[in-house]
Amino acid sequence: MGAFSYFPATPSDIELMLRRIGVKSLDDLYSDVPGDFMFGGEYDLPAAMTEQQVRDFFKSLAGADPKLKVFAGAGAYDHYTPSVIPYVTSRSEFLTAYTPYQCEISQGTLRYVFEWQTMICELTGLDVANASMYDGPTAAAEAVRMCVASARRRSTVVVSSLLLPQVLEVVGTYAKWGGVNIKVAGDVAGAVSEYADDLAGVIVPGIDRYGRIVDLSGIADAAHKAGALMVEYCDPSALAVLKTPAEWGADVAVGDGQSLGIPLNYGGPYVGFMACRSEHMRKLPGRIVGESRDSEGRRCYVLTLQAREQHIRREKATSNICSNESLMALWCTVYLSLMGPEGMKRVNALCHERSHMLYRELLSTGLFEEAFPGADFIKEFALRPLVSSDTLQQALLKAGYFAALKVDGEDLVTFCATEKRTVEEIEGLVKAVCSLKEDRK
Amino acid sequence: MRYYDRLVFELSKPGRVGFSLPDASEGLAALSGIDSRLMRSVPARLPEVTEVDVVRHYTNLSQMNFGVDTGFYPLGSCTMKYNPKVNEEISGVFADVHPLQPESTLKGVKTVYDCLGKSLSAITGMKKFTFLPCAGAHGELTGLMLIREYHLRRGDTARTKVIVPDSAHGTNPASAAVCGLEIVQVKSDASGLVDVESLKPLLGPDVAAIMMTNPNTLGLFESNIKSIASMVHEAGALLYYDGANMNPLVGVARPGDMGFDVMHLNLHKTFSTPHGGGGPGSGPVGVGEKLVDVVDSQKVSGFHGNFAVMLRALAYILMLGRQNVGMVGRLSTLNANYIKESLKDSFKLPIPSVCKHEFVFDGLADDGSDGGSRPGASTLDVAKRLLDFGFHAPTIYFPLLFHQAIMIEPTETESLETMDAFIDVMHKIAEEAKKDPEVLRSAPHTTPVGRPDETAAARNPILKYSFE
Repeated sequence: MGAFSYFPATPSDIELMLRRIGVKSLDDLYSDVPGDFMFGGEYDLPAAMTEQQVRDFFKSLAGADPKLKVFAGAGAYDHYTPSVIPYVTSRSEFLTAYTPYQCEISQGTLRYVFEWQTMICELTGLDVANASMYDGPTAAAEAVRMCVASARRRSTVVVSSLLLPQVLEVVGTYAKWGGVNIKVAGDVAGAVSEYADDLAGVIVPGIDRYGRIVDLSGIADAAHKAGALMVEYCDPSALAVLKTPAEWGADVAVGDGQSLGIPLNYGGPYVGFMACRSEHMRKLPGRIVGESRDSEGRRCYVLTLQAREQHIRREKATSNICSNESLMALWCTVYLSLMGPEGMKRVNALCHERSHMLYRELLSTGLFEEAFPGADFIKEFALRPLVSSDTLQQALLKAGYFAALKVDGEDLVTFCATEKRTVEEIEGLVKAVCSLKEDRK
Repeated sequence: MRYYDRLVFELSKPGRVGFSLPDASEGLAALSGIDSRLMRSVPARLPEVTEVDVVRHYTNLSQMNFGVDTGFYPLGSCTMKYNPKVNEEISGVFADVHPLQPESTLKGVKTVYDCLGKSLSAITGMKKFTFLPCAGAHGELTGLMLIREYHLRRGDTARTKVIVPDSAHGTNPASAAVCGLEIVQVKSDASGLVDVESLKPLLGPDVAAIMMTNPNTLGLFESNIKSIASMVHEAGALLYYDGANMNPLVGVARPGDMGFDVMHLNLHKTFSTPHGGGGPGSGPVGVGEKLVDVVDSQKVSGFHGNFAVMLRALAYILMLGRQNVGMVGRLSTLNANYIKESLKDSFKLPIPSVCKHEFVFDGLADDGSDGGSRPGASTLDVAKRLLDFGFHAPTIYFPLLFHQAIMIEPTETESLETMDAFIDVMHKIAEEAKKDPEVLRSAPHTTPVGRPDETAAARNPILKYSFE
């Protein structure tokens, strides 16, 4: 083995260190490993590449796939990312730090987490937010645990069937092993009264899996009457204009921060968020940053309420989460700082404009029927195609568009248009749809 | 590092914007047409700032932070190795790929998963990996779910307990609890290893698995692993490997060969991806032959895991290649033993044997308390004093086996010179403690802020900006 750029030890360094330790060879340091466990052969790995070869390798991988204009959402939205964000988040002081255990040299991380918590509270209208979760679906799964922990001795949680499928799946996975009784219901109000005796919580979407804005009136009252918590799963971007979870009466809000300018990246990293009313603060999972004063009386920030966490409470912790998605929380914090109230309003307005234009144009092709006439939506909607949904999606892919996501088990497809989609792209997509007129069923 | 006391909200001035978006008057009119019952009544108080405000603010914040690129970061169990820059450069090549795109458009993406899966299998001896978990603890939870699923599919429904050593990371028992398992603790023996005699009576038809960290959190290789594995398997239970401490075994030995059935890896530790101030990580879970059928059975995150983190890890593996992989573990172990041997006179070394990638001191050899006549310097004080000298502190007060634990992990990417500088400073701090422990007790002195009042922060929590 020759010198390698990530290893600073020279042969003479190694020699010197072995001498100090008092052993003869590197393998002497493994004398406690049974000999037959020492790997003898050559590892079945690719040959070492140079940096340029690594670049070329990934470039060729990326080049193997078509570049598509994304007109799909379903939990991952192609919003515009201001250039400042990757610039700020790639500063190595943020990027290469660990969790801010040593607060004296982690004020940068701690301050942006405090800003993020504040912004999540502002968007949701709730009192307290944590430092982040892995993604929206896991945040929902943790919210279920929180409901059950708050309720004591009740273990049923009613989950709206209108939530995104991946949210239902992840909630179901966690609940299965955690002993929570999940009732997936189309009629949430009905399910709440049916299971009232054992009800710990209710989870409903602010925007449903078809993109519709949901009227959540009455849910909180019903849940509270049964002694349960109401959890809203929301799109934080749309919360800039939509009624807040607090206004609907929710006790907990969760969702995915991806819509706040995080690139699609084939699904991750994204960032989950979680906020609640202050009375449930000590049931929150994960890290929380609080404000304090240092020995000189200066304002400073620290990890706080740690008695909830795994490194203190072990099996009695509110959650097992340790690392979260801190840098992606910074990503969203910088995004919201740049956008401000005006920018967030404009993002939603542009999404509304573009998606409604697409909606009208698609209907006018005569190849779709309305699925939910009169429903309000911001950027995503469902239609019933009059051609086969597979043919439709394939034709669009061929024309360079990823669109017309099939809704599982239904004869519907969804489209999404964000502010990033141009009028030309919308017209191009519609033109590609029109080429299917001859295939009409 | 310089103290900077602003929050972005305090820079706000009505009328300033930091975005660049087209005109939206049509959309704004349409938005106001939506039923007002569905709309929020008061706008969110987000800051109104320009681009330059944002850039300067976060640049200033970053300058109060310490990262691996700033200096030596010997945080035990966290494997803070150097994060190569080519990893970052290539991490955005699939930025525009939607997670629900059909397979026909994902040839490149699929190659990444295949290459990474095969490489991790080669390094660990596991048969197959799932990439859904987003961090180490998430991997633990997923691994335990797979174990439960495996037992259930065999009709073995009584296995609801998991054995966890007392030296385990806090996430182990916490993950087991989230997975609905009952935790049974097994003691460590005098040499810091799992006590085989104490383990025997704990095994039975109700045990699903034992979670082990090997080397354990004292940095010691569990040399009885062979007999432990056969005992556990004989009892019908499985062995889980906590991959947080995989680094010293990379290129040296494989958990799969030792009898482990399920394991997770922390790509943000062992495979050089940056920790980002607390994530995003990636915690892929690998399984042996027995569990190949269940490995994809648990949907634990929304899409396909933290893909852009996986890209970085693959870039690292490709740079290492089969030629360099053998030195990762060996050099990390060499560095840890070098520091241990160099400092063992100034700090209490409870277990003197050869360590792997990390080791644990139990506080200062002489804390300066002068036989109790004055307050001595604690491990916390040593940690805080280190900050004054431009080093990150080690992990402290963990593992719980020792009251004054100082856990040091240098990793293979630190040079002899860096370690010597650290060793000198640690000696100097030990000397200071002997002479005047107050110097340590009042540290740090040169950081942007001094020690915080953590009690006040927890008693009267201020968890968001007050806007007043």
